[in-house]
Amino acid sequence: MSARLLPKALYALAAGAALLLGLTAARADELVMVRSLQAFPETMLTLQEAIRRHGYVISRVQRVDVGLTRMGYKTDLYRVVFYGKPEEIRRLRRDYPDLIPYLPLKLSVFAENGQTLVVGVRPVALWAFFDHPELFDVFARWDRDLQSILDEVREAR
Amino acid sequence: MLTGVNAAMGRREYKQGMIFRALSSLSLAAFLVAGALVPAHAAPDGALLYARNCAACHGADGRGGVGVPLALPDFLATAPDEYLRKTIRLGRPGRVMPAFPHLSDAEVDAIVRHIRSFAPGVRPRRLPEGPVHGDPKRGAKLYARHCAACHGPDGEGGKGTGVTFSRPRDLPIIAPALNNPGFLAAASDAQIKATLMWGRKGTPMPSFLKQGLSERDIDDIVAFVRSFERRPHERRAALKDEPPVLVRESASDYAATVENVKQAVAGQNFRLIRVQPLEQGFFPEGEASRAETIVYFCNFNFLYKALAVDPRVGLFLPCRVTVVERGGKVLVMSINPKRLAALFNNEELDELCERMRGVYEAILEDSTL
Repeated sequence: MSARLLPKALYALAAGAALLLGLTAARADELVMVRSLQAFPETMLTLQEAIRRHGYVISRVQRVDVGLTRMGYKTDLYRVVFYGKPEEIRRLRRDYPDLIPYLPLKLSVFAENGQTLVVGVRPVALWAFFDHPELFDVFARWDRDLQSILDEVREAR
Repeated sequence: MLTGVNAAMGRREYKQGMIFRALSSLSLAAFLVAGALVPAHAAPDGALLYARNCAACHGADGRGGVGVPLALPDFLATAPDEYLRKTIRLGRPGRVMPAFPHLSDAEVDAIVRHIRSFAPGVRPRRLPEGPVHGDPKRGAKLYARHCAACHGPDGEGGKGTGVTFSRPRDLPIIAPALNNPGFLAAASDAQIKATLMWGRKGTPMPSFLKQGLSERDIDDIVAFVRSFERRPHERRAALKDEPPVLVRESASDYAATVENVKQAVAGQNFRLIRVQPLEQGFFPEGEASRAETIVYFCNFNFLYKALAVDPRVGLFLPCRVTVVERGGKVLVMSINPKRLAALFNNEELDELCERMRGVYEAILEDSTL
């Protein structure tokens, strides 16, 4: 079996194992969106704590709503949270330059009717973009972490 | 017929494909075995499945949000289980509602039961089977007069996704796209007719019997709506052939290229937001590599419109171009919004992403020449 195929094959096994253990939440497509029952500030706090608890660093929070309001547009709260693992970001941008436009990882957070929505691209969606064997594992790990992070956001009260 | 290198690659990929399929089958077999070991009474948990797959858009209590409100008694009274099942299975291609092909029949049924629990006293009306016979030409005129203002002249539905940025908060729903193949496959003629006749309390959809239309008029509108099935709809497949990254090699040195990008951004009527190393925020100041510089920029008018189309576009934000130095070459790179659009299932967003791709291409061209 070629080295190129191995991670895909292992992922197939891992996916089967995960199904066996009931670990995979059913998700529809390549985006994931969760609704938090918390208000916006509390959701931001929960999300950032969950991201850090999973070993990631938040490099920046982009306040989209602030920019829009300054320019005279009426908008609700809207932030983009950038995160990643420093050494991993450093290695990936060095070894896989074509991945650079997709780094760091990010999640959008926006308010709606007293609740808050968090949305992200599933990292495994990047499989279709980048045909590097090592990245299959990386994206799968990011995906598991993201699901876990979003589960914390969904369940927070 | 495959020849030479292509043939060799074809054989190799076929072999790899077979191995992958074999391993996947093993996983599937293991999954099925495990399924057999699960006690028969372990029925799917509809509330849990709904929470994971539906609540983000339709609300934990089914009162809607990004998605339509499901808890409306009038909706549940005219929506047969089969409509709900097919809607879950097929989604609404090109709209925000995704398809859920991976759910089992039992899981779909569990979700449908959970949706029904939002209005426990409401049972779906028994609707006649078979097509409604009407005159689609006459229906077209009636549709233009009575329906097009909300559902669009070609049944394309109301603008936006129905979330914060897309509509005033007092409106509970964005008018559905009646020309959507998912809707047309899920909704029976009788269901469309029932909705037209009785309207839907809690939404702007009125009863057209009360508006003065006859049953024959309504049959003609149903026939016209059904005629959308014969119109071509699919235009999204080509998005997946787009490259994920746009790249140009610069003729200038690294520092000059960064400056060129800034000027090119301004030339496209975008406002410069900030310029920073890729690693900024991950390492202490001075330790972040300067081999990649991100130029962030925004056009707030464009952004505002894009958020109204789909609030999830934050995943594209802020707009950015990265200047990268590798092996003596200076590259200017960006995401390809058109490729990312394929993830969103929103045709309105496709058009904006096409425009953004043009902007990125122009910035890359202008800054590297």
